[in-house]
Amino acid sequence: MKIAENTLGLPYHVDERGFYGRFGGAYVPEMLYPNVEELQNRYLEILREPSFQQEFEQLLRDYVGRPSPLYFAKRLSEKYGAQIYLKREDLNHTGAHKVNNTIGQILLAKRLGKTRIIAETGAGQHGVATATVCALMNMECVIYMGAIDIQRQAPNVARMKMLGATVVAATSGSQTLKDACNEAIRDWINNPVNTHYILGTAAGPHPYPDMVTRFQSVISEEIRKQLEEKTGNPNPNYVVACIGGGSNAAGTYYHFLNEPDVKIIAVEAAGKGVHSGHSAATTQLGKLGIIHAAKTLLMQTDDGQITEPYSISAGLDYPGIGPLHAHLYETGRGTFLAATDDEALAAAYELTRLEGIIPALESSHALAKLGEIPFKPTDVVVVCLSGRGDKDMETFIRNLPNK
Amino acid sequence: MSNRIDQLFASKKTGILNIYCTAGFPELNDTLPVMKALQQHGADLIELGMPFSDPLADGPVIQESSTRAIKNGMGLRVLFEQLKGFRKDISVPVILMGYLNPVLLYGIEAFCQKCAEVGVDGLILPDLPMDEYENEYKAIFEHYGLHLIFLVTPETSEARIRKIDSLSKGFIYAVSSSSTTGTDKNMGHQQAYFEKLEKLQLKNPVLIGFGVKDKATFAAACAHSNGAIIGTAFIRAIENATNIDTAVKDFISSVK
Repeated sequence: MKIAENTLGLPYHVDERGFYGRFGGAYVPEMLYPNVEELQNRYLEILREPSFQQEFEQLLRDYVGRPSPLYFAKRLSEKYGAQIYLKREDLNHTGAHKVNNTIGQILLAKRLGKTRIIAETGAGQHGVATATVCALMNMECVIYMGAIDIQRQAPNVARMKMLGATVVAATSGSQTLKDACNEAIRDWINNPVNTHYILGTAAGPHPYPDMVTRFQSVISEEIRKQLEEKTGNPNPNYVVACIGGGSNAAGTYYHFLNEPDVKIIAVEAAGKGVHSGHSAATTQLGKLGIIHAAKTLLMQTDDGQITEPYSISAGLDYPGIGPLHAHLYETGRGTFLAATDDEALAAAYELTRLEGIIPALESSHALAKLGEIPFKPTDVVVVCLSGRGDKDMETFIRNLPNK
Repeated sequence: MSNRIDQLFASKKTGILNIYCTAGFPELNDTLPVMKALQQHGADLIELGMPFSDPLADGPVIQESSTRAIKNGMGLRVLFEQLKGFRKDISVPVILMGYLNPVLLYGIEAFCQKCAEVGVDGLILPDLPMDEYENEYKAIFEHYGLHLIFLVTPETSEARIRKIDSLSKGFIYAVSSSSTTGTDKNMGHQQAYFEKLEKLQLKNPVLIGFGVKDKATFAAACAHSNGAIIGTAFIRAIENATNIDTAVKDFISSVK
């Protein structure tokens, strides 16, 4: 298990101050400083404990169902003229990659002596994954969710409640993901001693981006092993993932960051079009700023107010982007594309008919750009299928082509 | 001693009343009338909030005042326009409080220059990390004669309080409890913390904030410090005011 390896000094990894290039850091008010400092000081040491690694590995195997398959998608490959593999995070318990991180963080919270867990959620996937591990570990669980998202994502709200979580509506601001995150941070300020905040994406103050990335890095660790078995080479030519905050992407890229032969492709949500005013394509629309205590690219007004992003997929409508990804964008290590709502929907219907897999709308964004990458027929391509589409059935049915 | 904050603390050691108000609230052009009323009715210091869309350290009342101010059209450019020439009427020290993002986008140096130009004396930027301030911005703030005021909380270690004291100018903002603004945590439990701060004999004066809202809490805060900061209770007092001046007068007489 490589989650605890020393990466200090390696390019594209967090530095000792918590930065990726000029992005990252911990811009927290003093009220949060002791909590964040405790995490900064202890996360690596806890991740390195053999008992931690053993428990993490065992739960990922027996509870989550890892390793997730690396599936050679034959018909999709024929269509796009490359050797395309799907990393099946959709087959994890709770239906997405989110659970890799919540398992890791709840084990960490226990070792920090915390008794209460809080989390934010947008579409509800991270909320469900958090409520799940809280049930498993018998911990109190409070999930903050934008009031508008609570209405849009009723089945996931019901799941969280059935799992024993308290779901609190974030009624401030735009009442969606960023506000849920604000409310979770405010809860943490008010409950600094007994509470751990399980942040769901590779964003927020240092050490969250690195910590979440390490827990998700099991994805690329497995890809390398599985590819080697299947092709004789652990490195593909391309890794492709969708990005909102960027946790599945960070996990998919992690062990390839310093493998220059592997091209990194990130797909953001263009919504109704990058320049339509209804988009979440942060690298194209954002400027340097601070969101949820991290310095990164951020969609904001000329006055520095954070703007509300839009995407058909509730998991990608984040106005910022994890600092690792901002750095990959700025250095050119990653190629950033953007898929519109319509392109993502078309890709979801296509995968369903070609391979019999209904993908989450988020993952569909990654699939939607396969036609725009200049593949050679021998190119090996790994796409992270970060989640399954059950939660999106209402949207899929509403938009069915040629009914 | 040209900074008005230093002048204030040199001449007055106890019972200092610092009142927070969000700029552009309740209406866009209320910024100056509120400030004038505050000075006239006995505030010693004015803390003017630069509204931000995502104020992490604030409770619902100040959040809503920010949202309303932004809707009214408030932003840094508008604020500096409003503040042009305000020193003709207002002599008490004025501090701008806000989050780092709008200031970064405006440009730290341009922002400091504007502050100095209009006559602002100090800044509170709760999400500006101490080391980043020290390494990147301190020289700029000092060049423009602006005092940066740091926060300490009951969870802040003594070593860190010492470091904050060495970097702070003007005064130290002691948050009374681990909370967002406007939370009703009982200040009575904080006695030990206030006494600890007193014993540290810091070089900076100390003002206590969070949870101060009336005569009793103001007196309790003043007993262990140079004075107190009131925000949420004041926002509540003026949010629906028909006459700003009367509302401010009534509020201050309910505290002092």
